[in-house]
Amino acid sequence: MTAKVGVVVFPGSNCEQDVVEAVDRIGGSGELLWHKDTHLRDVDAVVLPGGFAHGDYLRTGAMARFSPIMDAVTRFASDGGPVVGICNGFQILAEAQLLPGALYKNQGLKFLCQPTTLRVESTGSVLTRNLSEGDELSIPINHFEGNYICSEETLAALRDNAQIVLTYRDNPNGATADIAGICNENGNVVGLMPHPERAAHPLLGSTDGALLLKGLISDD
Amino acid sequence: MTTPMFDVPKFNVVVEVSLRDGIADPEGLTIERALPALGFDGVSGVRVGKSLRFVVEAPNEAEARQQVEAMCERFLANPVIEDTGITLSPVL
Repeated sequence: MTAKVGVVVFPGSNCEQDVVEAVDRIGGSGELLWHKDTHLRDVDAVVLPGGFAHGDYLRTGAMARFSPIMDAVTRFASDGGPVVGICNGFQILAEAQLLPGALYKNQGLKFLCQPTTLRVESTGSVLTRNLSEGDELSIPINHFEGNYICSEETLAALRDNAQIVLTYRDNPNGATADIAGICNENGNVVGLMPHPERAAHPLLGSTDGALLLKGLISDD
Repeated sequence: MTTPMFDVPKFNVVVEVSLRDGIADPEGLTIERALPALGFDGVSGVRVGKSLRFVVEAPNEAEARQQVEAMCERFLANPVIEDTGITLSPVL
């Protein structure tokens, strides 16, 4: 059976079609969900895509976490359902406290749109379960607020539980401990600043993103 | 429908949202570096934040403050990176 991946559209999301396209290409079925929906239909996984949900007013993700669909997303996540936040989606998951820490302005105050080299630090997440620790992936970033910040206690807990999923080889934004992506304790909720959907076709210069997204639809 | 005998008191609120101590503020640092170039010497500790101004209705100042504190905690600030300062004054 084809795995259905629900991609949530908030007002101001702009990467949802790219995620649907990438999911379809790797054998899944991408389906758009509206932020005012109150249930997730029968999807097998949820992606919060990149963009500027609700204009990023107040703070990135601050308004989006109160969108009606987020109650259903939170329930789905606590039942073990795979939930992935990409870029703005990561910011939303952090604001919703489905992931610890926060995303703040890049250290150099520049909007960064460039390829990055990522290292797989943990294979305990739904995105990295088909990869090996130490694998390097080429995946682009596209953000102004990707500087991951957390308390020392949170960082220690992330390290102890292998919740640091991806790190940058050359830290572009000042993120604590070079963090590009983290997961929750169970590994089913993942947030990452890089855009795997933009590295999922040979014409895009890399297909490494597809390796991550494949984790959403199968475990082999 | 009943008409209240008295108007519900109103309070002017200013919420100052600032980055928590210890969190690098690249915007503040950039401004601090720019000031000497414009001839303003001796400035240090520049931190950039934002302020929100609004009016709340509440029976008294203590309850108004409670309401605003709850707003800050749930929505107006992110406690991971931000602190808030609340100033209240009665609308005259």
